[in-house]
Amino acid sequence: MKSYKTFMYLPMAAFGLAIASTAMADDQPAAPAANDVVGDPNAPVSHFDSGRLLLTQGISNIEGASGGGLATWATISGYGTRDAIGGNVHFSYVGTPQYGLKDYGIAIGFFDRLELSYTRENFDTGKTGGYLGLGQGFTFNQDVYGAKLKLFGDAIYDQNTVLPQVAVGVQYKHNDKAAIIQAVGGKHNDGTDFYIAATKVFLDQSLVVDTTLRFTKANQTGLLGFGGDRNDSYRPEFEGSIGYLVTKKLVIGAEFRTKPNNLGFAKEDHWYDVFAAYTLNKHLSVAAAYTDLGSIATFKGQRGVFLSLQAGL
Amino acid sequence: MRNITIIAVASALLTGAALIYAAPALSQDSMAPAAEANAAGATPIKGDAVFKAFHGKEGIDRIIDDFVIRITTDPRISERFKNANLLRLRLELKDQVCYLVGGPCTYTGKDMKTSHAGMNLRNNDFNALAEDLQFSMDKEHVSFSAQNRLIAKLAPMQHAIVTK
Repeated sequence: MKSYKTFMYLPMAAFGLAIASTAMADDQPAAPAANDVVGDPNAPVSHFDSGRLLLTQGISNIEGASGGGLATWATISGYGTRDAIGGNVHFSYVGTPQYGLKDYGIAIGFFDRLELSYTRENFDTGKTGGYLGLGQGFTFNQDVYGAKLKLFGDAIYDQNTVLPQVAVGVQYKHNDKAAIIQAVGGKHNDGTDFYIAATKVFLDQSLVVDTTLRFTKANQTGLLGFGGDRNDSYRPEFEGSIGYLVTKKLVIGAEFRTKPNNLGFAKEDHWYDVFAAYTLNKHLSVAAAYTDLGSIATFKGQRGVFLSLQAGL
Repeated sequence: MRNITIIAVASALLTGAALIYAAPALSQDSMAPAAEANAAGATPIKGDAVFKAFHGKEGIDRIIDDFVIRITTDPRISERFKNANLLRLRLELKDQVCYLVGGPCTYTGKDMKTSHAGMNLRNNDFNALAEDLQFSMDKEHVSFSAQNRLIAKLAPMQHAIVTK
């Protein structure tokens, strides 16, 4: 068990350190070959061009997909253009009065078309675990495997049409606390979310807007299992973000995400946040949010700060 | 009741997006003639607020002078300008930007498709140029929202300019 964790974490940490170490350096793109001429069709193409504009990959949310803090967007992780590959590693933490949620993961974007991601979430019930009869520091661990495919549109280039950038995606989630999930009325300890996202940047208004429709059975995004005694079928849920582009490095905004209510023992609330994301350069970005997660496992008022660090290319 | 509302709203949004995508009037091909009818590549911004935010003709001159230095020294794209007539490029860019931001100028250069034909440009090249322009506008202290007004005009030119 321990060696399996090391196998997972070490490459991620190494990748993150390698990328972060370039973050402090100036962005000096590689010089072209000496025999380059204007319009040479054989001009060397970098498959790691980091060619997209700053902020255009969003941040990594708790499920590991590119987007805002709560919503998954139609953007593809990394700064690679459609000729290149990019990606990032991220680490996030959100602390509320009764709980702590950590998540870390890796996402790779292929040719601004396909995004593959893996994220590990640790939902720590802390002292509350004791009150819930689970034991102090009882932690639900969830693996989220994601795939997202951009269908059409470009959030940036398509300024003279209302057409958004649209992507579809799946997230397979596996929670390791099957017995407890069953004890609280949950039906499954794994499940798959399906979503379609539409994202657009309105440069005339300096706004980025996302609306996403998600079909899910997940309780608290899967942290309390999937399906429940109240409902065990797929429900459509909505998530969305509005961001204002303050500078080419800073976006601030607000988000909203509806949630199902499958478990009889604990009401589940919709989620809200206000966020700020700052990109130092194409290798390092940070995000912070104040988020309201409502009632989680009978404890109301779960509001707190979300912090996230993302390193990549 | 809540679920019906969510489905209805989401369906409307997605149907709207799909219809817009399907509508031939918005297809790339039928957009091209409209853009080429205007060689500058886009219709100008209305009013003079953005022109003023760019500090008028003097500001635009400074921006373009700085911009041409950047693009001819940016390792990502500098080789593209090896054989270019930089004086003419400078003058035409000044006219084009002045025209697009609502200034009293006329653009007399070639259209975007013709002037970039055969260069096999990629998104990486296009974005590099946009980033250089942002640096030049930053140097002139043009507000970010005014910068985005111009970039909103330039961004769709990607369809005509990027051919690879």
